[in-house]
Amino acid sequence: MMANGRRVYLGVEQVSGPLVFVTGVNGVGYGEIAEVTTSFGEVRRGRVLIIDGDTVAIQVFEGTSDISATKTKVRFAGRPLMIKVSEEMLGRVFDGTGRPLDGAPLPLSGEERDINGAAINPVSRVYPENFIQTGISAIDGMNTLIRGQKLPIFSTSGLPHNRLAAQIVKQATIPGEESEFVIVFAAMGVKHDEAAYFEETFRETGALENVVMFLNLADDPSIERTITPRVALTVAEYLAFERNKHVLVIMTDMTNYCEALREVATARGDVPTRKGYPGYLYSDLASLYERTGRVIGSDGSITQIPIVSMPNNDITHPVPDLTGYITEGQIVLDPKLDRQGIYPPISVLPSLSRLMKDGIGEGYTRGDHPNLANQLYGSYARVQQIRNIASIIGEEELSAVDKKYLKFGEFFEQEFLNQGDENRTIAETLDLGWKALGVLPVEELGRLKHEQIEKYYKAR
Amino acid sequence: MMTTNKAEKTAPTQTGTVTYINGPVVKGAGMSEANVMELVYVSDERLAGEIINLNGNVATIQVYEDTTGIKPGMPIYRSGQPLSVELAPGLVGKVFDGIARPLDLIREKQGTFIGRGVHVETIDAETKWKFTPAVKDGDTVEPGTILGAVPETPLLEHRIVVPAGIQGTVKKIAPAGEYTVTDEIAVIETDDGDHPITMLQRWPVRRVHSLKERLKPSVPLITGQRVIDILFPLAKGGTAAVPGGFGAGKTVLQHQLASWSDADLIIYIGCGERGNEMTDVLEEFPKLKDPRSGHPLMERTILIANTSNMPVTARESSIYTGVTIAEYFRDMGYNVALMADSTSRWAEAVREIAGRLEEMPVEEGFPAYLPARLAEFYERAGYGKVGPDRYGSITIIGAVSPPGGDFTEPVTQNTKRFIRTFWALDKRLAFARHFPAISWIDTYSEYIEEMADWWQQEKHIDWRRLRQQALSILARENELQKIVQIIGPDALPSDQRLILQVAALIKEGFLQQNAMDAIDRYSTPAKEVKMIELLMHYADRAKELISHGLPVYRIQEMKVNLKLLTMKQEIPDDKLEELDKIKEEMDAEFDQLGQGLAQTAQARR
Ligand SMILES: Nc1ncnc2c1ncn2[C@@H]1O[C@H](COP(=O)(O)OP(=O)(O)OP(=O)(O)O)[C@@H](O)[C@H]1O
Ligand SMILES: [Mg+2]
Repeated sequence: MMANGRRVYLGVEQVSGPLVFVTGVNGVGYGEIAEVTTSFGEVRRGRVLIIDGDTVAIQVFEGTSDISATKTKVRFAGRPLMIKVSEEMLGRVFDGTGRPLDGAPLPLSGEERDINGAAINPVSRVYPENFIQTGISAIDGMNTLIRGQKLPIFSTSGLPHNRLAAQIVKQATIPGEESEFVIVFAAMGVKHDEAAYFEETFRETGALENVVMFLNLADDPSIERTITPRVALTVAEYLAFERNKHVLVIMTDMTNYCEALREVATARGDVPTRKGYPGYLYSDLASLYERTGRVIGSDGSITQIPIVSMPNNDITHPVPDLTGYITEGQIVLDPKLDRQGIYPPISVLPSLSRLMKDGIGEGYTRGDHPNLANQLYGSYARVQQIRNIASIIGEEELSAVDKKYLKFGEFFEQEFLNQGDENRTIAETLDLGWKALGVLPVEELGRLKHEQIEKYYKAR
Repeated sequence: MMTTNKAEKTAPTQTGTVTYINGPVVKGAGMSEANVMELVYVSDERLAGEIINLNGNVATIQVYEDTTGIKPGMPIYRSGQPLSVELAPGLVGKVFDGIARPLDLIREKQGTFIGRGVHVETIDAETKWKFTPAVKDGDTVEPGTILGAVPETPLLEHRIVVPAGIQGTVKKIAPAGEYTVTDEIAVIETDDGDHPITMLQRWPVRRVHSLKERLKPSVPLITGQRVIDILFPLAKGGTAAVPGGFGAGKTVLQHQLASWSDADLIIYIGCGERGNEMTDVLEEFPKLKDPRSGHPLMERTILIANTSNMPVTARESSIYTGVTIAEYFRDMGYNVALMADSTSRWAEAVREIAGRLEEMPVEEGFPAYLPARLAEFYERAGYGKVGPDRYGSITIIGAVSPPGGDFTEPVTQNTKRFIRTFWALDKRLAFARHFPAISWIDTYSEYIEEMADWWQQEKHIDWRRLRQQALSILARENELQKIVQIIGPDALPSDQRLILQVAALIKEGFLQQNAMDAIDRYSTPAKEVKMIELLMHYADRAKELISHGLPVYRIQEMKVNLKLLTMKQEIPDDKLEELDKIKEEMDAEFDQLGQGLAQTAQARR
């Protein structure tokens, strides 16, 4: 049987989880897209995962219910999954595979792109070094976000990660620059109200026409999630590297994505490693997270803020763990701080921004910034140790210096971290950091330079 | 890369056919004459691949590029040669992918992204190099004899060495002049005929190229990193592993070692890590100056970048490409240091390919041969004789990325069996931004005896005693902290509280070393020794006063403390006399405390 000049295969050999096996196939390429028509006439899409002689395994994005051995029709597209990219996508809402959800038709113009993209050549990259002011002290002061960075938020259920991401979207600016961020939003398996919250946020910033949304919600087919971030990042790459825009990509929730990937791996019989995730989870995640940065010959950039929920708040769970091994740092939220009413409840010690080293200091933020951040880390880590001791021997038994550390810790959490919706300039953040250090005696400030102490500590 | 167009032999005519595709693993029929490890090209796009398994006429191939669109029935072309790397002048200062393709040439051909089916040569055939002969007609030569040299970069002389298996007399040697790598520069007459020699060699990457004679590593690799050079050293020709969870500081440490170690050549393999980290090196190394020669570091560096998003198969081979290049330069008589970041990603590549071959997993999905593969790799390190009166070494430093930061996992555990210096990174230290986060409790070096002798003989320094003293203070402190957790510090006797105080100074003032600080990031051996001597002197004098009844808080309030904490970043290498001044101030302060003590004692009497 032929349709559109392509052969149609009737009936499938076997169905296993999200996979269907078709035999007697020839002329099909690895990674090709297949259209699977169920016995009820519903058309689903899938991708060729294994070819063994004339047998082909297809991963069906919308799941394999209602697929029957005899009546299902399969047609191969002769090419990998592509998406048409254009600037007209800005302001639009699509489903997790790139089909319009907003009632309007697909943009007419545009160029077809393979959603898997290709690796950026390391020699084509430009090292990111532009400071993004988020207005949040724990980030700007101690875990600075850089334009072109991939910096995930590690969180757990019940914590305000969406509020934090939304606040970053609203407040992110490059001091001294006019350029605005364009936002690509990819939702994987999130609840309707969460998606609505983000849409509301984007509307509030008054720039819905600068946002592209790809929504795979909690009740959408789970396997589809394995392609949602790829579709979103393909659009992001186009906007950044060909249309010279600064793109901020929010992807939520990466854990749902990984679970969908695990479902496919299990069906395929891949050797499971920790918690049943396949051994290639690292490489797979890297193929998403590495689609970030700046490249030679383009004025645009991609900054990624993926949201990763940690099952049982366990940072060693494979999803946050492998994410942390790929991304350029992480912002970790802490239920304990949240319970104390501190917002944002950022746990600074396990948080990290690897790119801040080249984007802060003299000529970028302020000369004292690197050492100040370093000192705040050192002193706050001391606070944790002293609190442990105090919890056993009692606060009164502490030495005078240790008591000062406790005061510093109090101030740091209640004033520096806890800022609610306040939008602080970097200077305000740094000054507040010095104010916190002011609680400590100068002998405790070994990570600062002599001149800095003279200028900022003594001048308080 | 390994190519056929310059191949001596004509390519075999047998062509196979694709029958199976599963990610990077392809099977082909009609391959009965092929060999395991043979380089092949899949489809008319000629995607590079390597045969990893043969079963009858079916070859299993790992393809070094993305296989999307490959179909059953497509041709597989054989090369007749094992996967090899081209070796000649033109390697230093460049960046290659895992199968030794220059990334800048790929960019010229394909732009921002790496497409597939691109064919570029490792070595540029057109460049002319200034060759100066070192032998004359009639000289007898053997493998390892230097025939001549080319100034490849101002920092590195590329020596042309008689390849293995060739022994005889020089029949012809090219006069000084400019030659390309394929020009004949010598002819060697041997028992089995004349051998023409060019500056280009091609070595199979998976074959070990041994030292002529293995010797015991006995000279430290001076790294300028205090915690390493003074407490947990590594020898030239030795092996080290750096395990640590994400963000613990493996990459920064590897970059530090690549920047400041006193090796002649650095081979830095980014296997399965971030693109920006390679860009960082590419942007920084041409600007950073080697502290010994004052030349840009790039002039002694070769980068291999097979980042996490590049094909996992080429990640697997990147390690072998790198170490083969290292062996080639070692044979010239150089000390080569090789960093691999991260060997865990390499092991995962091995695991992924094993999984696609449906090999039996033994532990966390890894195949049974993981330990053997790790051993093979680390055994390619070593120090020894490479030619008549010439010695060379390869030092290997592998980063390990244990899942969940748990060191009991298979890659960390098996690596431990084959390395001799183990720099364990501690998450808690990293959280407190104590960098390098090398734990002084879990770390070890098995080169202590040899290094102590070297310091004694070469520098006349009682390194062993200084090291012992510092380590025992740190070990005591670790024990005491457990007690402090229960009863608080003030309940400890004075001498024990002093230990806490001195340990804090050692940690903040000596062990911590900020890679981002222009002064602190590198310390000369002279500065390292002076600093630790100063701190040990402090420990001795304070102990003395405490034993005479001085309260600890008087020590804790000393003015010199802040100076000891900040000397690492305030005093540059060329102003070490400032350290002597600190010592004078310290002694004066101690003297004063001592006098005060004596007076009170007298007053009491
Ligand atoms: N010696 C150092 N001096 C100053 N900062 C350091 C040092 N070592 C590490 N850091 C800080 O720690 C961060 C993480 O270090 P690094 O990137 O080396 O971690 P890693 O162990 O390689 O992590 P991953 O496994 O995820 O690659 C750096 O970005 C830097 O901010
Ligand atoms: Mg790293």
